Amino acid sequence: MLKNYLKITFAVLKRRKFFTFISLFGISFTLLVLVVITSFIDHLVSAGYPEINRDRSLYIERMVQRDTTQNGQSSGPVSMYFLENFVLKMSTPEMIGFASYPNTVNAYANQNKIKLMYKYTDANFWNITSFDFLEGKPFNKQNIDNNDFVMVINDDTRDKYFGKGVSAVGKTMELDNLTYRIIGVVRGCPVTRIYVASDVYLPYNTSKRDQTKKNLNGSYMAFLLAKGPEDFSKIKAEYESIMRKVPITSEDKWFKPNKLESTADTYVGSFLSQFTSSDGDTKKAYLYMALVGIALLFMSLPAINLVNVNISRIMERASEIGIRKAFGASSKVLTYQFITENIILTLIGGFIALILSVGVIYFINSSGMINYADLAINWKVFVIAILVSLVFGLLSGVYPAWRMSRLQVVTALRGGE
Amino acid sequence: MIKLKNIEKVYRTSTIETLALNEINLEVGKGEFLSIMGPSGCGKSTLLNIMGLLDEPSKGEISVDNETIRDFSDKKLASFRNQKLGFIFQSYHLINDLPVLDNVELPLLYRNSSASERTQLATEALQKVGLSNRMKHYPTQLSGGQKQRVAIARAIVGRPEIILADEPTGNLDSAMGNEIMDILIGLNKNDGTTIVMVTHDENMAKKTNRLVRLFDGTQVM
Repeated sequence: MLKNYLKITFAVLKRRKFFTFISLFGISFTLLVLVVITSFIDHLVSAGYPEINRDRSLYIERMVQRDTTQNGQSSGPVSMYFLENFVLKMSTPEMIGFASYPNTVNAYANQNKIKLMYKYTDANFWNITSFDFLEGKPFNKQNIDNNDFVMVINDDTRDKYFGKGVSAVGKTMELDNLTYRIIGVVRGCPVTRIYVASDVYLPYNTSKRDQTKKNLNGSYMAFLLAKGPEDFSKIKAEYESIMRKVPITSEDKWFKPNKLESTADTYVGSFLSQFTSSDGDTKKAYLYMALVGIALLFMSLPAINLVNVNISRIMERASEIGIRKAFGASSKVLTYQFITENIILTLIGGFIALILSVGVIYFINSSGMINYADLAINWKVFVIAILVSLVFGLLSGVYPAWRMSRLQVVTALRGGE
Repeated sequence: MIKLKNIEKVYRTSTIETLALNEINLEVGKGEFLSIMGPSGCGKSTLLNIMGLLDEPSKGEISVDNETIRDFSDKKLASFRNQKLGFIFQSYHLINDLPVLDNVELPLLYRNSSASERTQLATEALQKVGLSNRMKHYPTQLSGGQKQRVAIARAIVGRPEIILADEPTGNLDSAMGNEIMDILIGLNKNDGTTIVMVTHDENMAKKTNRLVRLFDGTQVM
């Protein structure tokens, strides 16, 4: 029976090339867009090189100071003063590290100007992240205590500055009129890993900025490493209680805040908190729900398209349905036949989408649009998308087949009129 | 074998009502070869479709093999058609997307028969109508006479007790028509298959056991 269904399916697909194209285009293009978008979102939010601990990390990346009397606010990354006096004193995280937001600086190699991104970090930054060291090692607490002017660079910077593959450890580089000794070269990471990506990493105490100011806002963010996600609530609670005790001070003559807002959030939550007034994690659930909703809505397009195409396709096969009924096919059997045909069509569409997705993702990774991009197909999403397409394919086959099965055989034989 | 009692068929549209069949009472005995004649639009095909359970009468009762067809479920009706009836249509009604062999196998597809059994029976049926050399051809590659022979092979492959033929020679020239008629007569005589045939052709009708004439939906003979 299945062999017969397959034969007729391929015969119809071959005969009605335009319908086949429209159906397959609808299915495969939708799946392609879904797979590429989700692989991009996955690339942005999931744990990946070098942030392999993202799933058990919380981030403190901003502080909002409000003057509720005058409706004023100041918002931005946190200061070294805040980190040292409050965050680093927390006891619930397994480890605390921090890094500055990146700045850019021009460096000169063989009279060529190279624009570099640099970041100040502490020693724990290297323990919380998991960079591959191509040569050398990271700076440690000893280097920081000794006030060593050392740096870690990525391979891209090494290649640009010293030549491709040339060893850089032990050599020096001048940045911002300061000379640093290179002690490590890491494999770079895509810029989309915004909290850790940089060309150059420097010990935080080599910064020229005055780090003694008692401002709460500055240029740093903290990484709080938990033993596991189950510790998040404990860490969040401790941070909340610390926040309640932070004295509100301002060296600004005009801006006198009376309220502070800052939360320890998961990666996505911390990212979202930049766009929302406070706790990003509560917004995360809404975002995911909205994304699923959009995906379903997006997938309903080929479903509606399929229903339409199927109605035309099945109506034009009315005579075949009449013949099958005359020779003993029940409505149920015919419905199965059309569902099988739709499932085959959907699977072909899915296969085409898979090949196209591999191509598009390979193109994105190798095009250099995103340096060090490591997009990959999210198989979970792909399988779910195929299953959803199958459900849609099923529904889009059931309705026309059901309509057709209600026809008298003789009417179907006449072409369904 | 087939019993029609007070059969009436009315076609209704929003503005008009047409009486296609009026008070038809007819009995077809086992092994009979009956032909139905009458002018175009007199209700011959409608009568044949009702006898073949392809259409429902507006009024009246049909029984086949002493079983009254009333309130049969879709599944039971399908199985009944599959087991007892075979159809031959004027316009052949073959599935053009499938090769000849698959077309002939069609009734067996809806039974519990294995693929090899289906192929064997379909091959035998095609041999019977002299088309075993066209098994892999598609209907569009065949002449009208060949198509009708495929349709006959399909009608007989499941060994039904009754064959209902709607103008089986209507689209064929007389030589080809005679050939088809000979096959049908052979089926009736040799296998004892009951055949009801609608025809326009007096010569063809003369070759059958009994003739029923319709005029304006009423049985006149």
